[in-house]
Amino acid sequence: MTDQHEAEPPAASPATATTQDAAAPEPAQPRGRLPLTGNMIIQAVTEGHSVVLTILAVFVALLAGAVLIVASDPTVLHAWASFSYAPGAAFSDTWSSVAAAYSALFEGSVFSPATVSAAFHGGSIAAIFYPLSLTAFEATPLILTGLSVAVAFRAGMFNIGAAGQWVGGAVVATWLGYAVHLPIVLHAVVCIVGAFAGGALIGWIVGFVKARTGAHEVILTIMLNYVMYNFLAFVLTSHNLMQAPGQSNAVAPNIAGSATLPHVGGPPPQVGVGFLIALAAAAATAWLLSRSTLGFQFRTVGASPSAARSAGISVERVWVLAFLIAGGLAGLSAATIVQGQPAPLTTNSYGTYGFDGITVALLGRSRPFGVVLAGLLFGALNGGGTVMEAATGVPADVVDVIKGLIVLLVAAPPLIRLLFRLRGTGGTGPQAVAPKGWSA
Amino acid sequence: MTALVGVVRAPVTVSRRYLAAGTFIALGLIDIFVFGLFAHRGDAVFALSLPGATPHVPSIRVPGAATCYVLGAISVGLGVLRAVVDVSLRAKRLTIAIVLLCFLLSLLSWADAGNSVGALEVVDLLQGTLIASIPLVLGALAGLLGERAGVINIAIEGQLLFGAFTAAAVASVTGGVWYGLIGGSLAGGLLGALLAIFAIMFLVDQIIVGVVLNVIALGLTNYLYNRVMVPYAATFNAGNTFGTIKVPVLSNIPIIGPVFFDSNVFLYITYALILVIQIALFRTRWGLRVRAVGEHPTAADTVGIRVLWTRYRNVILGGLVAGIGGAYLTVGSVGFFTSDISSGFGYIALAAMIFGRWTPLGSVAAALLFGFSFQLQTELSVLRVPVSSFILLMVPYVATIIAVAGLVGRVRPPAADGKPYVKA
Repeated sequence: MTDQHEAEPPAASPATATTQDAAAPEPAQPRGRLPLTGNMIIQAVTEGHSVVLTILAVFVALLAGAVLIVASDPTVLHAWASFSYAPGAAFSDTWSSVAAAYSALFEGSVFSPATVSAAFHGGSIAAIFYPLSLTAFEATPLILTGLSVAVAFRAGMFNIGAAGQWVGGAVVATWLGYAVHLPIVLHAVVCIVGAFAGGALIGWIVGFVKARTGAHEVILTIMLNYVMYNFLAFVLTSHNLMQAPGQSNAVAPNIAGSATLPHVGGPPPQVGVGFLIALAAAAATAWLLSRSTLGFQFRTVGASPSAARSAGISVERVWVLAFLIAGGLAGLSAATIVQGQPAPLTTNSYGTYGFDGITVALLGRSRPFGVVLAGLLFGALNGGGTVMEAATGVPADVVDVIKGLIVLLVAAPPLIRLLFRLRGTGGTGPQAVAPKGWSA
Repeated sequence: MTALVGVVRAPVTVSRRYLAAGTFIALGLIDIFVFGLFAHRGDAVFALSLPGATPHVPSIRVPGAATCYVLGAISVGLGVLRAVVDVSLRAKRLTIAIVLLCFLLSLLSWADAGNSVGALEVVDLLQGTLIASIPLVLGALAGLLGERAGVINIAIEGQLLFGAFTAAAVASVTGGVWYGLIGGSLAGGLLGALLAIFAIMFLVDQIIVGVVLNVIALGLTNYLYNRVMVPYAATFNAGNTFGTIKVPVLSNIPIIGPVFFDSNVFLYITYALILVIQIALFRTRWGLRVRAVGEHPTAADTVGIRVLWTRYRNVILGGLVAGIGGAYLTVGSVGFFTSDISSGFGYIALAAMIFGRWTPLGSVAAALLFGFSFQLQTELSVLRVPVSSFILLMVPYVATIIAVAGLVGRVRPPAADGKPYVKA
């Protein structure tokens, strides 16, 4: 998130990349023109540092969400209709409508004061952490699809196909989960590896076809998504393929207990091994992108394919490998759902993980650490949204609007600058890492 | 038209020539060895008029398997011809059309050969194809208007969805379906304007804005649907629809009449828009300027064309067109709005536009192909053909991948497509 100053290749050579080692002590690295922490913060706020811009974007999006909640609340609308009789009621009803919704959102995703007092009166201490575990649980698949999109972004490509790759991983993981019998830890590992391979295969198709024929990956991934949705429906409705025995619905058999990912206590959703997999994948992606030769090639191709080609990098090979890895990460996302949740695979299992991955990657500026933070934010909004809907009746879909607005605003720093009258020009939008146009 | 298509044409390499020939031969072999050999004994019957239609046209009856063999042989022959002889562009397109037609006809012959359920209803199939294509055609035209001026529009999906929602709500509240149509169109235009502002004023990557606008449109319509439309359905989602308009004389022509001239107003609006946009883009000064902005904005600017204004105008116009397509989904067909009613039509329209190489007529042809496959799936499930409908639904997408990769090859978008214009 903070590395907007990090020069993109090919400006940065591998040598400069290694000197920015995380292990290097702080004083050795004079961070440019900002000597004092206090000044730095003030300047960051007034000039619109990318972190500040992101926070402001979240704020504006929540404000817009509040308007949406209020404007569709019949109680509030009635109160405003009788504004001339009781002006106070109009304001208080408006406030209470928004406050109820957003406090439910917060209590559902971060922390609920009621659980603390309950803990003092003999309740469960673990219950305090339940909202946070829900957030991590919701964030897990989003982080992984976000990483999938981010890897492709860094290599200069747009992966709209995380949804299809997700299905590829889910089918393989499910099949390995119920059809193969293995000892307890090994079985789960085999399923995870299988999910990675299944997703990677679908990703590879995209990279291969693009490298061979020059077909644009956006169109290929969109088409493959629909192919995979129908493929999933096909295998789940065929008796001799993956339909659960005795079922007439499109549903797969339950996977064996030995293949499930264990939870850290309590009923699901809880923080499970899936979340750790997501964090490990983020760390591995970070290493791949910023430390490995292959990652350097990815970023070079992402910055300029023609420059990469003249530097001797096989652009086609990078396209294929980047999509292979992106697909694998989306497959891992499927593994965390298929193996981490008690429900069997159905035709609705893929949800919106693929498309949410795009917004997560954009918000995280395609940096693995940023993707984790963005995934946690969106996970909190998803988890909290469900709680909000149950508590106040405000449909959780408002959260999707908020998520979209956050990304839209983050993508347009000039707009945030305009709204808050910030100076400076720093904090580029995510277009810096995205391809330009169809002929990228 | 030919001259202009010539400009858009990609250079054909030798390997691509063989790729096309190989594809032809492969399709021909499928005709023979899959459809021909696995066809049931008996004749395939193609009913050419709806049951009870007044000028009744007799049905066509052909032997199922033999038809597949003949059609397959034609495809293989054309494939060999393409590999040996280098033919003109026009002839190439003709061969592609013939091979695809052979493939479809042998598929249908296979499906209906000796079928006990009944004849294949050709009129129903074609009618359904046209109707299913309406949102795809309008969406593709919307995309094309923007992209010819250099702005990528991935937000077609969102424009369809928002248009559908607004049309249903406006028609329901006002009681007038025409208000619904106009409202839907304006809603699409509003999203178009948002796309234009973010892409042109704030220089955000156009694909990103498009994807994000789709997310927002889906969230917003789902939210308002659950919050307002479901509890107050009588007021906001009453299900008003347009009636059918029969064109006086033309609708009595056998086959053509019921297919082309017996539908609601949306089909006629679609005809008009196809015609207007095709002529406007390629036969008028306006269109020349639009294309100049999409190909070389700097040059266009130099000769005094207002680049940014052209882009704003075209993207918003595109939004208005897509909004009509969205309105079709509600007031033009089922009447009621349901969650995610556009269900990916916008993305398919995008594919149709690229498949059609950024030309209105090409996009229409591609959209018809998609519409046909949707309707074909319905017809075949009526005939209880023993193939999973999901496999059939997969076909158009696989076909698009093959087309984009093989038959169509390197499609060339407008040169400045997706690139923001900043005055030097």
